[in-house]
Amino acid sequence: MTGIRKVGVCGAAGTMGSGIAIVSARAGFETVCHDVDGEGLERASSQTASFFARSVERGRMIEEDRDAALRRLSPTAELDALADCDLVIEAVFEDLSTKQALFRALNPICKDEAIFASNTSTLSITQIASGCGREDRVVGMHFCLPAQLMKLIEMSPGINTSDEAFEAAWAWTEAAGQNPVRTQDRPGFILNALLVPFNNDAIRAVEAGIASPADIDTAIKAALGYRMGPLELIDLIGLDTQILLSEAFYPITLDPRAAAPALLRRMVAAGRLGRKSGRGFHDYEGSAMYGA
Amino acid sequence: MAYAIRRSGESRSFPTGDSFLTGAAEDADTVVLLGVPYEPDPSRRAILIELGTECLGVHTGESAGEEGSNAVGFARYRNGDDPPSDLVELVRQPNTEDRAIEAARAVFEGAGLTVVVSADRIGRIVDRLVRPKYNAALRLLDDGLARAEDMDMACRLGLGYPDGPVERAVRGGLAYHHEVSSALFVQSGQPGDAPARAAVVARERSERR
Ligand SMILES: NC(=O)c1ccc[n+]([C@@H]2O[C@H](COP(=O)([O-])OP(=O)(O)OC[C@H]3O[C@@H](n4cnc5c(N)ncnc54)[C@H](O)[C@@H]3O)[C@@H](O)[C@H]2O)c1
Repeated sequence: MTGIRKVGVCGAAGTMGSGIAIVSARAGFETVCHDVDGEGLERASSQTASFFARSVERGRMIEEDRDAALRRLSPTAELDALADCDLVIEAVFEDLSTKQALFRALNPICKDEAIFASNTSTLSITQIASGCGREDRVVGMHFCLPAQLMKLIEMSPGINTSDEAFEAAWAWTEAAGQNPVRTQDRPGFILNALLVPFNNDAIRAVEAGIASPADIDTAIKAALGYRMGPLELIDLIGLDTQILLSEAFYPITLDPRAAAPALLRRMVAAGRLGRKSGRGFHDYEGSAMYGA
Repeated sequence: MAYAIRRSGESRSFPTGDSFLTGAAEDADTVVLLGVPYEPDPSRRAILIELGTECLGVHTGESAGEEGSNAVGFARYRNGDDPPSDLVELVRQPNTEDRAIEAARAVFEGAGLTVVVSADRIGRIVDRLVRPKYNAALRLLDDGLARAEDMDMACRLGLGYPDGPVERAVRGGLAYHHEVSSALFVQSGQPGDAPARAAVVARERSERR
């Protein structure tokens, strides 16, 4: 059971925010979709409508439920529209001061009992909460990409988070049909803490001439049953994003595996960003592979 | 592609009963050595040497980065005590003959296996990448990041993996994980390759028995 009725999503025009809003509205919660980018909100609204239309086509949802879910979504560029939300989930840019400023601005607007959740991938929940005025009601709620399809949520309390707020946020994720797992307020929580260094190791294997990117991906898929090899995954994530992730982790963990490999920086400098630039460790225009 | 097998004792790649053993010819241009000492024989197209955690150079000798012949190392990937996977990692030296690699590929692909080629480094491709990850997962578990089952579930649900790192390392055997990690660590000196505490415990317990 959750006492949460109305949910706000900040950054709802973005990749994650729009998916989180779908999860919330689909599960029956009134959902206020906030973003500073008004045009982006319109784009997100039409993408959401197409997503629900496909869900109906594929028999995952009936038309009445789709219509009801769409009615529950209200886009806005005004922060004041979040005033009566019980839970506000932020998925704005991955920048500490942006997230801190948002929670500080929301604090006097929202109800005292409202819970703030952050979808940050790399920042500290305790730091994001710091100075917002309700540090005891801020939780980490990390959805996976694409949020509208993936069930996992990594839930983490900050140092000052009350058990009550954490449990209420946890109950909401279950009511929203998600699978929460409890983790700590550490860089990358579980998934990225394991994945970012693993991906860097795969890059270092290419750099050391151990094998071609194609063979590294084939080996990992055949040996472990993964759907994607690490270098295919980095191409999808973006090599520039892999640098940002490494730079977020390494200074905190000082784990050498988390440090961005030299080859990664050279490839980004050469414009090989992965799928989005047509070329990364694999070539998406031709069939050639990069590396050994 | 015809192949002959010279075998002594149980092979990790092809345990007793594996159809690869029964598919062998009496003699052939390509010979697969399973636990039998390597003798150079340039008249063969390829000599395929099954490896454990060691480098191919242990069998063939090395000459400052110029080594290579018709000898090709191989191992079918196996997570400790798990049954062998469909992956065969071939190991080549800088001057390994291409025709020997092609023969090795034809032999294993003919048996329905997936083949990749690795440089002659401890851990080859897969263990080089997964053992530090299992060590990290075991250390994060000790640090109280999350419960083992939550870490595993996160990897299954969040990344679509068939299993998580802790359950996989435990299923394969933590003492075996210690053996592979130690071999990697001796070569690399990287802290991530050093066996995690739980693996050290498993190793010490296995020695007491
Ligand atoms: N993309 C991923 O794979 C992924 C996965 C899990 C978590 N995350 C995390 O989710 C968050 C968002 O990532 P994304 O990839 O969706 O980014 P994105 O750039 O797609 O979206 C961010 C959105 O936030 C909006 N925004 C920025 N500042 C704002 C403010 N002050 N108020 C309201 N809206 C604001 C932007 O207009 C944009 O629409 C980040 O913290 C990121 O680390 C991302």
